[in-house]
Amino acid sequence: MIRTEELLLNVGPQHPSTHGVFRIIVKLDGEIIKEATPVMGYLHRGTEKLAEDLNFTQIIPYTDRMDYVSAMTNNYVLVHAVEKMMGLEVPERAEFLRLIVMELQRVASHMVWWGTYLLDIGALSPFLYAFNDRERILQLFNELCGARLTYNYMRVGGVKWDAPEGWIAKVKEFVRSMHDKLAEYDDLASGNEILLSRIKGVGAYDAQTAIDYGLSGANLRSTGVKWDLRKNEPYSLYSRFEFDVPVGRNGDCYDRYLVRMEEMRQSLRILEQALEQFPEGGETMGKVPRVIRPPGGEIYVRIESPRGEIGCYIVSKGKAEPFRLKFRRPSFVNLQILPKLLVGESMTNLVTILGGIDIVLGEVDC
Amino acid sequence: MQKFWNDQVSWGLAGIYLLGAIAVLAVVIVFVTYAIYFERKVIGWMQYRRGPNRTGPLGLLQTVADVAKLLIKEDTIPAKADKALFILAPALAFVPSFLVLAIIPYGLNLQFADLNVGFLYYVALSGITTIAIVIGGWSSNNKYALLGGMRSAAQMISYEVPLVLSVVGIAMMTESLNLRDIVIHQEGYFWHWNFIPQIIGFAVFVVAAISELNRTPFDLPEAESELVAGYHVEYSGFRFAFFMLTEYIYVYAIACLATILFLGGWNPPIPQLDFIPGLLWFALKFAFIVFFLFWIRATLPRLRVDQLMGMAWKVLLPLAIANIFLTALGIEWWG
Amino acid sequence: MSEEEKRAGEQEPAIEASQTPPEQARAEAPAAEPAASEEKPASAPAEGEAPVRRKETDEEKAARRKAALEAREAAKAAAALAAAKPSAAAAPSTGTEAAETAEAAPPPPPSPNQPRLDRAVQLLRELVAEDAVEEAAINELNDDLPTLVVKNERWLEAAKLFRSHQELNTNYLRNVSGVDQETHMEVVYHLLSMDSGHVYAVKVRTDRERPSVPSVTPVWQTANWNEREIYDLLGIDFPGHPDLRRIMMPDDWVGHPLRKDYVPLDSEV
Repeated sequence: MIRTEELLLNVGPQHPSTHGVFRIIVKLDGEIIKEATPVMGYLHRGTEKLAEDLNFTQIIPYTDRMDYVSAMTNNYVLVHAVEKMMGLEVPERAEFLRLIVMELQRVASHMVWWGTYLLDIGALSPFLYAFNDRERILQLFNELCGARLTYNYMRVGGVKWDAPEGWIAKVKEFVRSMHDKLAEYDDLASGNEILLSRIKGVGAYDAQTAIDYGLSGANLRSTGVKWDLRKNEPYSLYSRFEFDVPVGRNGDCYDRYLVRMEEMRQSLRILEQALEQFPEGGETMGKVPRVIRPPGGEIYVRIESPRGEIGCYIVSKGKAEPFRLKFRRPSFVNLQILPKLLVGESMTNLVTILGGIDIVLGEVDC
Repeated sequence: MQKFWNDQVSWGLAGIYLLGAIAVLAVVIVFVTYAIYFERKVIGWMQYRRGPNRTGPLGLLQTVADVAKLLIKEDTIPAKADKALFILAPALAFVPSFLVLAIIPYGLNLQFADLNVGFLYYVALSGITTIAIVIGGWSSNNKYALLGGMRSAAQMISYEVPLVLSVVGIAMMTESLNLRDIVIHQEGYFWHWNFIPQIIGFAVFVVAAISELNRTPFDLPEAESELVAGYHVEYSGFRFAFFMLTEYIYVYAIACLATILFLGGWNPPIPQLDFIPGLLWFALKFAFIVFFLFWIRATLPRLRVDQLMGMAWKVLLPLAIANIFLTALGIEWWG
Repeated sequence: MSEEEKRAGEQEPAIEASQTPPEQARAEAPAAEPAASEEKPASAPAEGEAPVRRKETDEEKAARRKAALEAREAAKAAAALAAAKPSAAAAPSTGTEAAETAEAAPPPPPSPNQPRLDRAVQLLRELVAEDAVEEAAINELNDDLPTLVVKNERWLEAAKLFRSHQELNTNYLRNVSGVDQETHMEVVYHLLSMDSGHVYAVKVRTDRERPSVPSVTPVWQTANWNEREIYDLLGIDFPGHPDLRRIMMPDDWVGHPLRKDYVPLDSEV
């Protein structure tokens, strides 16, 4: 008597393709997934709780550790929220520096994504190429603020360090060479027949579903919804620069891939303009009171991180510490759609789909 | 070796056989050691890295150190594993891989066993390794290993069919399955080598061979991004080393086979160059194939299981069969 | 030079800020970093009146506080004024500086979002229930964000209205936050209409002892894990949620860490 049995497979928390300590319990029939239950919290550090006992300057390093692949945007969302609450003016030079590091960070973050995604799909080399380029960005950051991953660079009212001599020229040089690199990577991977067959049509959803699930970033744009906070609700200096918002059509992993590749190019475009207009001199720190104490009230600000809409909700009671600090983490929200996408897919596509969502576990668990 | 074939077996002859086997083993182990080194170096260079360069001069002793480490590692067997099968599997995988080397002709007179059904012998024995992989995956009592083992079984069985059929054209042209005869048949200029008249067969053979080797882009049984390590996830120490050894011996065997079947074996590309020893030509062609395998690994992503199966049955098999027909027509029309 | 003058000067450049020499202001800016302020000698002995949370900066704080306690409210009001568009609503307290600011600024125009807020309130009252809206205000701090407090019992219906009514049409749920307000619990929904770009903040209040807010997961899928997180960290129950389990903390964890009365296992942390 032959009988089949469903197999309960525990993927993670230690698994090479969950990009950290993420766990999915999948019910398999052969290699087809019948049900997927994500389990998380392995990296939960209670940032929001810790923040309630810290003043705002002290919280900034904690934001570095949320989305550690894109720490600059996390820095920004917090200081931006506090600045907005207190009505602080940020000097133009500081704002330019912020914008430049954020866009560099976007390129670095997408580069990590590109490399690890192709590694998930089985291509070894792109991973090292991507990290090679990311390394150059990290070097630039290192020169700027002495850190490679957790920068703690931005401050309420400005930035901690001014650009060292020659730094802008180095960034310009990087932007120039990165254009060629991206073209090379497109040649290497984007049209690869195997890659196409692996990711085209996989993990597709339509715009309505994406909006339902609150997806943001490339996950949303891949369905054709033209929604980029840099354009739709401009912050920082983005309204001064020209750039396009790439959108996909089918909402599958391939469109997400293309959208992210194009986003890197657009980031380089923004960088080119920003570096051109970079003010010669000036302060990098605005006039900030000695103790940063936002007025009572609440605020929700959101910016476009490489992974989507990162938001910061602050409830202040007029103290130096936030009464409640909540981060809307794009990885956390984007991940919600995963169980829905996985049903009926094979084990192999689990990796493809999870990688395509682009999560950072530090941010999911916060 | 061949001249002893018909003699009465005596202690002396048995000793010679044994020495011969040990010599092959030594060659193979040296090959595997430096194939791994070469692979890591080549892929390193392709990826802006240096590859191993610390152990020994230029890192040449890296693999030796790795193997030494594997040999002195604690031998762990999972508590719930099927002990007998778990122990049996690596040996069962290794033995056929080594046995297939007996039929490889490196030169006109450098061969251990000149079988009439040389190629079939290879296919028959290499199938046993598949069984060993399934046994290893099953007996580990690990779900990832089981999935890896099952994938491996499905994949190897599927790809053996086009692999064999792709060679049928050569057998028809040569009218023999004897590997030595096949090489002799390709004497002359390099356009007499089989890869030109049998270009479809060659393509099918290469794809199916990479798949048989479980190498990228067909390394699904051990796809580390999905199945962590596949069938040998629970193996460590020298048992794991046996699986690795098996894998590289098959690289060796397939590279030899491709050289013999399609690239003219020990024949020089033009007869005027025959003052260079045939063994060197063989080694060059062999090295090219090995390099090609590593090159592919550094370049291509991995296929998905269903695509892999689809490719075997829907693309390679029809192509191989078409190749047989075309070969038959060709023989009929042009002799 | 008192603190309030400096603050006001920094935050509202229109006001005369000449008392603050620029060098001094610059020198003080980095002192916002805790490490720097620790090293600085306290300028005055500590006074007990300041609420103490962290010892190291407390002495300075207390000194400053004493000097500036009375007028700080005014300074804050000034800051609030500078943050949002000048608006009389943001200057509730008196104080010379704030008064000056208010006088200097033109009479505040009503928020451009006021009609939208009024319309939303009207729709909720008409189509959900007369008592659906408990409070409605414009949050000037946050780009004039229309903020509504919806009655707990009416929230699910109100959410459906928000989602489906073509004037509101908030198809995108940006963020869900739970707040322990110490007197009550609050869940804050930030809603966005992707077509019109309109945003709303909706608050739902609930009792602190047995907190419960109807789940809006059937309306916006986004709420699913967000509500689980709030349940996990604040202990708010979401009846109607398909799968209300802990999400961040271990399943056997006792207590809800983000509640203000939560006692940490390790007081050092």
